[in-house]
Amino acid sequence: MKGEPGMAGLFAGIPDHFIIYGERTTFVPLSQPEEEMERKYLLGNFAIAHACREAGVDFVSGYPGTPSSEIVENLRTVADEIPHLEWSVNEKVAYENALAAAWCGCRALVTMKHVGVNVAADPLMTSSYTGVTGGFVLLAADDPYAHSSQNEQDSRIYAGFAKIPCIDPSGIQEAHDGMKRAFDLSEEFGLPVMVRPTTRICHSKGDIALGELATEHRTGHFTRNPRQYVVIPAHTRPLHKLLNEKQPEIKKRLIEEGFNTHEIRGKKAVIAGGISAAYAREVVPEDVSIATISAYPIDEEWLRAFVSEHTEILVIEEMMPVIEGAVLEVACGQTIYGKKNGYLPYEGEFSPALIAGALKKAGFIKNELYPAVTPAENLPVRPPILCAGCMHRSTFYAMKKVFKDGIFPSDIGCYTLGLQLGAVDTTICMGASITVASGINLCGEERDVVCTIGDSTFLHTGVNGLINAVYNGADMVVVILDNRITAMTGHQPNPNTGKTACGVSSIPLSLEALCRSCGVSFVETVDPYDLTLLLETMKKAKEETGVRVIIARQPCIIVARREGLKRRRFMVEAESCTGCLLCIKYGCPAIEFHDEKASINDLCSGCAVCADICPAGAIRREVRR
Amino acid sequence: MCGLCRHLSCRRHPAGGEEMKTGFDIMIVGIGGQGTILASNVLGEACLVEGRSVRGAETHGMAQRGGSVESQIRIDCEFGPLIVPGTADILIAFDLLEAVRYQHFLKEGGEMIVNNQLVLPTSTFTSGQAPPTEDDIIGMLKGRSVEIIDATAIATAAGSPLAANIALLGAASHTIPLSLESLLEGVRRCVPKKTIPINEKAFLDGRDAVQP
Repeated sequence: MKGEPGMAGLFAGIPDHFIIYGERTTFVPLSQPEEEMERKYLLGNFAIAHACREAGVDFVSGYPGTPSSEIVENLRTVADEIPHLEWSVNEKVAYENALAAAWCGCRALVTMKHVGVNVAADPLMTSSYTGVTGGFVLLAADDPYAHSSQNEQDSRIYAGFAKIPCIDPSGIQEAHDGMKRAFDLSEEFGLPVMVRPTTRICHSKGDIALGELATEHRTGHFTRNPRQYVVIPAHTRPLHKLLNEKQPEIKKRLIEEGFNTHEIRGKKAVIAGGISAAYAREVVPEDVSIATISAYPIDEEWLRAFVSEHTEILVIEEMMPVIEGAVLEVACGQTIYGKKNGYLPYEGEFSPALIAGALKKAGFIKNELYPAVTPAENLPVRPPILCAGCMHRSTFYAMKKVFKDGIFPSDIGCYTLGLQLGAVDTTICMGASITVASGINLCGEERDVVCTIGDSTFLHTGVNGLINAVYNGADMVVVILDNRITAMTGHQPNPNTGKTACGVSSIPLSLEALCRSCGVSFVETVDPYDLTLLLETMKKAKEETGVRVIIARQPCIIVARREGLKRRRFMVEAESCTGCLLCIKYGCPAIEFHDEKASINDLCSGCAVCADICPAGAIRREVRR
Repeated sequence: MCGLCRHLSCRRHPAGGEEMKTGFDIMIVGIGGQGTILASNVLGEACLVEGRSVRGAETHGMAQRGGSVESQIRIDCEFGPLIVPGTADILIAFDLLEAVRYQHFLKEGGEMIVNNQLVLPTSTFTSGQAPPTEDDIIGMLKGRSVEIIDATAIATAAGSPLAANIALLGAASHTIPLSLESLLEGVRRCVPKKTIPINEKAFLDGRDAVQP
């Protein structure tokens, strides 16, 4: 909230009502002057950030993505105590920067969401061969149930694929403690270590015991060693062998370190990993053994010893059957219940109730633990929606009006919500709007293809697609929705913002110059609140051929209001309103419709677009009260 | 452990088991931007004051763009942060429609504290669907133990409509197993310093709006 330490300047003068982001409202100063750290009620991501400071992290990079963003966001508030911190332009860039710092002996952290690991997968897969000198931790936040994601991929698979250790905490305290130890493990084995919390760790809270902050930092120094850092075939073959030779020792250490534990209580057992272990502990009966898996790779000898003590075993883990696969490999006659035989799902997020159901199905418990419930039906849904005054809405409106028969590939950001306005036909991954548009155009489809992409996403991986589309002769329109910030994940700066993550001014990139240098001759910049000009520019673009770029530029309304922008609200003159519903169809949350008349509520930010849409001229700016 | 079903955390047999259900689970629901997270932080801080363990789960990210949001708070909880539907001890709703949407999370006999505000989702206007009225919605809550209060009015009278979330907490405070002083300390720790008196008053006036 406004006035909180560290955030006061940002929120000065802005009504709390408009501060939408929870991660913004919960910033707390983490520094504790006293020697004895008390318990704090902290967001999982803040506890993880604190652990990095306890470990003395020297270099921080990342690309924002829910549920990972608040880690770097929190570290930004203490950027002066970290030698280098940045929001990078994408995950591959972030990963490589941090990797190089770790090669130079620094402790480095790189954060991203699960799908970001796809972008960073290229360096990840070979960084386990080269190894590291300084502790290097990849924080990959998974999102079972895809609360804010395009898929439910399981980063544990990536860790196994790259042959690096993976810490998979079952709660916030474990995430904090595991994060700190991840840096030590990384240095001990000379390998990157993945820490993989899930949404219910990152975005849950708990009472957490914190440790002392580190006071010393390292300065990077590169020591030339081509056999390690130049992965030509002759070098990489022995590096791969070395990596494989490290594996048995890693497995043993993870047991010694107490990441994977068990308690024998009967002949039946539950083996649970990650947050599912916390859910399981809540519902498992007292005479059923429990093993908790919080780190990978799993030591087979340890697992075999546990499994052999039991006759029936239920394996509980969200998403991929990683533990289940390991259990099946060591099982010898035991009955194993899990995903592979339908006791638990491969998709979605688990809960105590879901696990109780599996326990009952497997015959581990007799009674239903929880009451059956019926949610209310046919309620009006309340999905997230573009803000009142959001620049994306008018851009989509104009695009649909001019390109009536158009195809609209889009991308990842707040503007994916343009789906509700019928302005988003495809979304697959970061940067894929331009490439999907050129693919559709070049495969013989004759309708106009108009794609939308945000400024941050364009700089992430969109620009490569633009270069390709121009070079290979596509005929399409690219609309860059330029709100000057990475809005959806909580307003992180990008090279287009003119500020670094640490708040230092830097030269804002010129989208116009960048597009022109890719070979685009039609580059027009327009204020999306100027509906007349916006429509005209769209029409002009429609008449041209080749790749045409329209840059719709207006700051994110949340940021603008935080920075003190005030515009008078609009109102509907009831006597002039004909009830034609055109303003309602615009879909702004500030416009309501009651008793055959439109009206405008408190959410109005004064963008004026609806006044241009109203054919009766019934919408006008309020007179100052 | 429950004497009947042998579960460590039995929620089915509170009277017949050896031990009563120990934790206290609170659902706070509303619309992104209304201050549900701040309200849940107050409860978390109050637990710290009393040295009790606490877990919370909340909605972050894009879902907050004016969407339906929930915060779950589990007092005296050592497990995961999720409350199982049908087991919450109390539900605090910042909006009538959200109260209906999440009412199935309440246990039988659980209490609801509801703000008498109804923000209609934009989808009801754009879809042309007849929007539900306040009376429709109150009808849908029949059979529940419901307290409907005008938290915005209480907060406005206390000095700021933005303190409505704190007024609702005050109204719920009779049922929540945390002392009044701990809760007020929680409020002081979470709200902007200069608004502490307003929020304290909103909390106490909200508390007075409901009979214990």
